[in-house]
Amino acid sequence: MAEGDRSPGASIEVEVLRYRPEQDSEPFYQSFTVPYAEDLSVLQALQHIKDDLDSTLSFRWSCRMAICGSCGLMINGIPKLGCRTFLREYYPGRVRVGPLNHFPIERDLVVDIEDFVGKLEKIHPYIIPREPRTLDQGEYLQTPRQLQRYLQFSNCINCTLCYAACPQYGLDPAFLGPGITALLHRYNADSRDGGQAKRAAIMHAEDGVWGCTAVSYCSEVCPKAVDPANAINQNKMASAMDYFLRFVKPGGARK
Amino acid sequence: METYKADVAIVGAGGAGLRAAIAIAEADPALTVALISKVYPMRSHTVAAEGGAAGVVQAHDSLEHHFNDTVHGGDGLCDQDVVEYFVAHCTEELTQLEHWGCPWSRKPDGRIDVRAFGGMKIERTWFAADTSGFHMLHTLFQTSIKYPSIRRFDEYFAADLVVEDGRCQGVVVIEVATGQFTLIQAKAVILATGGAGRVFRESTLGGIVTGDGMALAYRHGAPLRDMEFMQYHPTCMLGTGLLFTEACRGEGGFLRNRDGYRYLQDYGLGPAEDKPRNKFMELGPRDRLSQAFWHEEKKGRTVTTAHGEAVHLDLRHLGENKLRERLPLICELAEEYLKIDPARAPIPVRPAIHYTMGGIYADLRAATPLPGLYAAGECASNGIHGANRLGSNSLVDIIVFGKMAGVEAAKYARGVSQSPHGVLEKQARGAQERALSPLRSARGKERHSVLRREMAQSMEAGCGIYRTAADMQATCDKIAELRERYGRVDVNDKSSVWNSDWLGALELGYLLEVAQAVVHSAINRKESRGAHQRLDGYEQRDDANFLRHTMAYHGGGGPPRIGYSDVVITRSKPGTRAYGAAGEQAQAQERKAAHG
Repeated sequence: MAEGDRSPGASIEVEVLRYRPEQDSEPFYQSFTVPYAEDLSVLQALQHIKDDLDSTLSFRWSCRMAICGSCGLMINGIPKLGCRTFLREYYPGRVRVGPLNHFPIERDLVVDIEDFVGKLEKIHPYIIPREPRTLDQGEYLQTPRQLQRYLQFSNCINCTLCYAACPQYGLDPAFLGPGITALLHRYNADSRDGGQAKRAAIMHAEDGVWGCTAVSYCSEVCPKAVDPANAINQNKMASAMDYFLRFVKPGGARK
Repeated sequence: METYKADVAIVGAGGAGLRAAIAIAEADPALTVALISKVYPMRSHTVAAEGGAAGVVQAHDSLEHHFNDTVHGGDGLCDQDVVEYFVAHCTEELTQLEHWGCPWSRKPDGRIDVRAFGGMKIERTWFAADTSGFHMLHTLFQTSIKYPSIRRFDEYFAADLVVEDGRCQGVVVIEVATGQFTLIQAKAVILATGGAGRVFRESTLGGIVTGDGMALAYRHGAPLRDMEFMQYHPTCMLGTGLLFTEACRGEGGFLRNRDGYRYLQDYGLGPAEDKPRNKFMELGPRDRLSQAFWHEEKKGRTVTTAHGEAVHLDLRHLGENKLRERLPLICELAEEYLKIDPARAPIPVRPAIHYTMGGIYADLRAATPLPGLYAAGECASNGIHGANRLGSNSLVDIIVFGKMAGVEAAKYARGVSQSPHGVLEKQARGAQERALSPLRSARGKERHSVLRREMAQSMEAGCGIYRTAADMQATCDKIAELRERYGRVDVNDKSSVWNSDWLGALELGYLLEVAQAVVHSAINRKESRGAHQRLDGYEQRDDANFLRHTMAYHGGGGPPRIGYSDVVITRSKPGTRAYGAAGEQAQAQERKAAHG
């Protein structure tokens, strides 16, 4: 960062959604003026508010480097990670920060993600070995090409931005949704795994891939290029194949 | 108070805590496990580890090499019996992670690939591109879902341990979403709460790395060992401290000063060659590299930036393709945060706090001196890292000793019964009262964010890369003052739901006590070793007096009582610690003397 990037004394207006269930009857926006620098993130602005202006503001954060997935926020209406979104994108205009859409607000910028975690728990998100192997036998062989088949889907940081972006999830919380489908696909596409049949019912249910209306906004907001829409599309194909093969082959389709 | 009864309670659900939970579930599915974490498990700071994890796989490598590198890297202060066990179990545990789905990077034939790392004689670092910790954590978390005996308490904050009848029998927790207290009774408790790097200002660490488990064990009489050894990672982002992995250098990156000169050759790490050579130059250990930066800065040979002095991490010669494939997160950090394309321009970096070598004293079995209490991972000091941890040893530490803690705690839990509920609950009520005290309005006007800042500044001034008695004494005084002012902290937020103001105040309480252990351990170590370097007449390593572990015992409201304990030496007498050509020479001489 060059020195010329900072304008001493500059500031920016940050509006933050407040909601404290014990005292506020409904959410409202509160405005703060915080110091501006070109390399300051929205998360750093929130930290400044909490440390120096109003310690009662609550939000989740930890790693600051877009890998822990804690600080998903609506920033000027778009789901983003606070730590990897910079004030420079809005300056000299104001920044409006809210909790992620489509999740119940617990307080201020903190949302309840139990629905997401519950869905993760039910998709069997672990290797169900195709061929069990003991540790003495060493690692499974997996070529870089086989790795590439699932690697991008394993990069999901569980930030839930894609759920805040998904119009279908907004309408129907039962919808399995983008990130979880990507993770389900991550295991199905892993050469070590043989658990497709166990996951099929979830994937192919009405609330599974068929719930998706193909808006693809999920992939646009994903900070890690996981491309959940791609996972969903691949599985719509697989699901359709599975449906037809059911009539010709007992036991359904295999990978 | 609500009560939950488990056989084993685990505090912390990062790599070590999750591995411990799975080990218990596999050892005996009838044992119930309460897995407690102040964040959702996948937010734990294991997530931010980048470079990889060490495990011997190559035919020309050996456990002895890994042992020697580790003990050498630790500047003699490693407990060698524990290191022997450690190196013998790394590969097995990494293979276990592979079986559970960890997407380790592969060679064309489908086998595990390994990369070079600092201070390691032979390439043995398993990696998943440059998000190794992230993939290990998610693999462990998702695998843990398979075991019905693991009951998670996500977003529950540990307020205290319950110690009764001379042994640890539970944890008092606060549900973050409601502010409600719960007593989790357990026959054994494992602490896996990570490090305490947030006692410093500029660090690679997440906001959650506040030494909670260390402080809780310490308050209950368990000693904190070797706390003066705080690791500065040499290549971090200015301003934020975010990490640019050592794998940048493992893949062949260079460090250059303002003149483009590879300055490490001036600090006993040369000669400089075009190709990376293990244990030379940029592949030296972290303590030496951070110290070299300090000298370059003093000589005025660093680059001046808006956030202070820097050197250049030069990756340009690695080429765009290799960078995208092997170091995608580094590219993302440079581009998004600094607007630098590492294929085209060098990245300005400087040292920042990265790792707590010390911790709760735990033996080879992960047991602390307090019966029923176990510790694993960064919160523990089991003796494998000594005075300076080698990169890629911590990601294996958490799984090798996470598993050990789980197995041992399960064994212990099967053999004991709990004290009566009423007795434990009475203790829990006391803990609740203490945790609620910062919410009482009559206390004073101090703000914990102000105290936290003053602590971090003082720690950086007194316990930085180089230290003097005068600076350390000033920090001792400052921490004592801050602890006294902490009693007058008033928390503005009096609500129950997601009161992060209050929990932040409790975290500061933990940080201050751990910070005090760090600085008092440091001022009493009158020598220079590993990450503890002095400029005031104690510039040399002094094995006669200080080939010993520092033990800090909690001193109530005052400073800790400092004692010492022996280092376990099994087969490697601490010799000259040198790298580069000097290291090769020293090694040849020692070999000659041994066979002489």
